[in-house]
Amino acid sequence: MKSLIDILDFTVEELQELIDTANDIIEHPAAYSERCRGKKLATLFFEPSTRTRLSFEAAMYELGGNVIGFSEAASSSAAKGESVADTAKVISCYADIIAMRHPKEGAPLVAAMNASIPVINAGDGGHNHPTQTLADLLTIYREKGGFENLTVGFCGDLKFGRTVHSLINALSRYAGVRVVLISPEELKLPSYVKKDVLAAKGVPYEQTTDLESVMPRLDILYMTRVQRERFFNEEDYLRLKDSYILTPEKLKNAKAELCIMHPLPRVNEISVAVDDDPRACYFKQVLYGKYMRMALILKLLKEAGTL
Amino acid sequence: MNIDAIQNGIVLDHITAGKGMRLYELLGLGSLDCSVAIIKNVVSKKQGRKDIIKIDADIPVDFDVIGYVDPGVVVNVIRDGALVEKRSIDMPLLLTNVIYCKNPRCITSVEQELKHVFKLTDRENKVYRCVYCETKAN
Repeated sequence: MKSLIDILDFTVEELQELIDTANDIIEHPAAYSERCRGKKLATLFFEPSTRTRLSFEAAMYELGGNVIGFSEAASSSAAKGESVADTAKVISCYADIIAMRHPKEGAPLVAAMNASIPVINAGDGGHNHPTQTLADLLTIYREKGGFENLTVGFCGDLKFGRTVHSLINALSRYAGVRVVLISPEELKLPSYVKKDVLAAKGVPYEQTTDLESVMPRLDILYMTRVQRERFFNEEDYLRLKDSYILTPEKLKNAKAELCIMHPLPRVNEISVAVDDDPRACYFKQVLYGKYMRMALILKLLKEAGTL
Repeated sequence: MNIDAIQNGIVLDHITAGKGMRLYELLGLGSLDCSVAIIKNVVSKKQGRKDIIKIDADIPVDFDVIGYVDPGVVVNVIRDGALVEKRSIDMPLLLTNVIYCKNPRCITSVEQELKHVFKLTDRENKVYRCVYCETKAN
């Protein structure tokens, strides 16, 4: 049973297939409005996430399907002590596909190992968030026309930022990509990502604490939020949360065709004044996320023989 | 120093010096009723120094544990006083319930029934990672 737990579960060709389908959905939405009639998506959200859950629900509704599920662990059988494995087996009897968010790393993999229907990882703690990466990839593809030979800057929390790790993993498979890592010392990209992904795949990268000095070279600027929920220590969070704030002044030396991305929600790391800049792509990114989730649901249901 | 030869049992030879006790613990040899000898710092032509474990019973040993702790070990099976099998051990691709994930954010930290599975992700540097959260084994 094909599931999506890690972005690397899909080959570059499969990712391109999803991008092509998403682009076709954007061009011909009516052709897809009944594709999932009679099918059910179960959104199992063991921790709150309005954005991702609503994106999945909107995606399924736009495909003509239905949605069942819960939006917090307290309203699920997990509150009674049910295991993830048992939950997956039970939900397999009710739905055709599962989208799961869980605070514990690896929970969606456990679900996929026990479910008889496809499982989509909608975020597992600070570990993986592959459908955000799908949204990121479609955004880059539509804004830049491809992935080759781009200089991509990642700014902010590169230590706990799971979207950063996933996107770096995905982009490392394309030719000519260069990575610039911009973060405070305490939130640097973990060494295993640098070693196992960037160095192992020969992706040139540099690290800096100074955003403005590298700004002129960037084709993509991927901003991230310093997430309170990833810290055990509140003092560390308060000290680091305002490390980088993107303002119109900091964009003065940026390329005219720069693409500014952010997985959202933002707190204050991108000034609201940047929203009117045509280079701000983060709200388009949200929309593209929905289209990629539609493409993903179609692909996984098709491969499961359900469609 | 002499240890009696065994009639029926297993000899773990060419253990890297210092790793004998770790193997003894992970293989659960302390719970056996039979005689078990750990010989440390034996002079070796090949290794300089090595450890040896002799188990005076023909018990099944977990090759995955041996391959994880010390892939250079040679397992000798002795029956009726004669060597009947000599086996070199390679690093296992998967390790199940041999080592345990210590990441407090891992699903294994809350679901006690889950098997702790690690996969070999870097043979050269002997790196194993939890299959659920990808945390590196210590």
